[in-house]
Amino acid sequence: MLKDQDRIFKNLYNDLGSDINSSQKRGDWINTKELTNKGRDWIINEIKDSQLRGRGGAGFPTGLKWSFAPKEVGSRPHYLVINADESEPGTCKDRDLLRFEPHKLIEGCLISSFAVQAHVCYIYIRGEYFIEGQKLQAAIDEAYDKNLIGKNAAGTGWDLDIYIHYGAGAYICGEETALLESIEGKKGQPRLKPPFPALIGLYGCPTIINNVETIAVVPTILRKGSKWFSSLGREKNTGTKIFCISGNVNNPCNVEEEMNIPLKELIEIHAGGVIGGWDNLQAVIPGGSSMPLIPKEKCETLTMDFDSLMAEKSGLGTAGVVVINKDQDIIKCMARIARFYKHESCGQCTPCREGTGWMWRMLERMSKGEATRDEVDMLGDVTNQIAGHTICAFGEGSSWPVQGLLRHFKKEIKERNKFDPIVKENKNIPYLVDQHLLDKNA
Amino acid sequence: MSLKKPAKDQPENFEFSSSSLEEAKTIIAKYPEGKQQSAVMALLYIAQRQNDNWIPLAAMKYIAKFLDMPYIKVYEVATFYSMYNLSPVGKYFIQVCTTTPCMIRGANKLVEACKEKISENESELSKDKTCSWMEVECLGACVNAPMMQINDNYYEDLDKEKTLKILESLFKGETPKPGSYRGRINNEPENNRKTLLDLKNA
Repeated sequence: MLKDQDRIFKNLYNDLGSDINSSQKRGDWINTKELTNKGRDWIINEIKDSQLRGRGGAGFPTGLKWSFAPKEVGSRPHYLVINADESEPGTCKDRDLLRFEPHKLIEGCLISSFAVQAHVCYIYIRGEYFIEGQKLQAAIDEAYDKNLIGKNAAGTGWDLDIYIHYGAGAYICGEETALLESIEGKKGQPRLKPPFPALIGLYGCPTIINNVETIAVVPTILRKGSKWFSSLGREKNTGTKIFCISGNVNNPCNVEEEMNIPLKELIEIHAGGVIGGWDNLQAVIPGGSSMPLIPKEKCETLTMDFDSLMAEKSGLGTAGVVVINKDQDIIKCMARIARFYKHESCGQCTPCREGTGWMWRMLERMSKGEATRDEVDMLGDVTNQIAGHTICAFGEGSSWPVQGLLRHFKKEIKERNKFDPIVKENKNIPYLVDQHLLDKNA
Repeated sequence: MSLKKPAKDQPENFEFSSSSLEEAKTIIAKYPEGKQQSAVMALLYIAQRQNDNWIPLAAMKYIAKFLDMPYIKVYEVATFYSMYNLSPVGKYFIQVCTTTPCMIRGANKLVEACKEKISENESELSKDKTCSWMEVECLGACVNAPMMQINDNYYEDLDKEKTLKILESLFKGETPKPGSYRGRINNEPENNRKTLLDLKNA
């Protein structure tokens, strides 16, 4: 278990208070000026050396992302945008950072803005987190009062303004280019990449977009040193991470732990074990709803980091661990996730807009045992028609959980769905459900 | 994709009140010059707050003029995002999260409670016209599942009984205390905390 002194977010449960004075007691804002005086190259190198990977789901190296920002500010200003549009089912870490560690985030914003030469920072908070947004706004006001941000912020000689922009309940706005569209006052439909936001982003200007947790750990990494951070976890998967353990566990909770922690330790020690005991475990979704689930057999030895989960054909994602025990109907659980994606598809690309609905309807029928035998493979076909054929990663995010279900629970689905295929002969018909397939008399 | 339809009965006119107007101006100032369109989401919120928690078409037209942008662009935004109510909702607007993490902890019981107390179907006003409810997608409090949102507040760690009690107090015109209803502090593992104990006991 991670030692308490190595924990970055000491106020995760709000034992200490989130206001500026108690934050300063915990070490926030104490020597911001010294850190920025070392120069932006030092900051970016230090973040690169720490091997910090983005905490928002994709796990892109943060230092590398920052280095994509143009070295010289041209005619277009640079922007820093913080992604606090936390909507991935199973994830609720950013909410606590906004509520209880706002000054870590604000200080991180200042240092990161300095590193990427941005004078304006937008924090995009999901609309439902209105109370959390107000708490953050109060913290921003405190920081302005103490001259920690604004003109010559914290004595660093850098000017920075931070503004909050509320979303309005669209999951897709967590995708970085959809988020930029949303800030520009349009509907949140992702843009084609390239050009990447680091060169052409918000209002066509160079923009760096990072998750709340990524930015909030930056000041601590710089203070304690990249060596300390990279000594935690393992190579390329360093540092600490907030895990959200929800679902069928005795004590669902958020906890900051070292990367590469065994899943079993996370569930048994921190979350008080699976309801009904470890043997009652059915499957675990390791990183928020868009990551494929992992069956019990593999959970015994699984360690939680980006690369080890990738090897299991899943992913760490946002580290929202959803535990599903044997009292639950796994097909129903996945059908509900498919409904989520059907609801949240932005409607821009046809494979995703239509395919998410198909997946949901097929899974609903499969959970009731109303599907035919051949539909199981057809469902797999539909997922393959979505993944990789859309502008953004939503296509993958919506089809991976279904693929995970098919990979590990195909037997269960087939046992439940035994109807004969409507078309009995295999005529090598393409995957599309054509009208003649719906003819009951055929 | 979610489908949203504007209400049939629409008011003729809409105008910002003076306090809304002031708020709108401070919001527009957050964005660079000429990029006032960015403020459209915030302005729709202001209109929604001013107009009993829903946005009439007249408000969209007003905002379009206010921000010097085409009406269709405002309409697009208002219909795209799920948090803009295009038809009247109750004074207490209850949103029950039913996505998988909440579902497997019994969110359907919360839905049952809402059906019993408020109305058989979602997005219908209760008999006394104060409450309405709907199922929504993940509200981002999965560790505190099952949960629901009433206006801006989160009510966490619920079950059917607790939900019924909360709804009853709403009908009495009280605002129940938000937060966990199992007595735990924020997102800590209740009775099983293994971390940061020095701070807790300090």
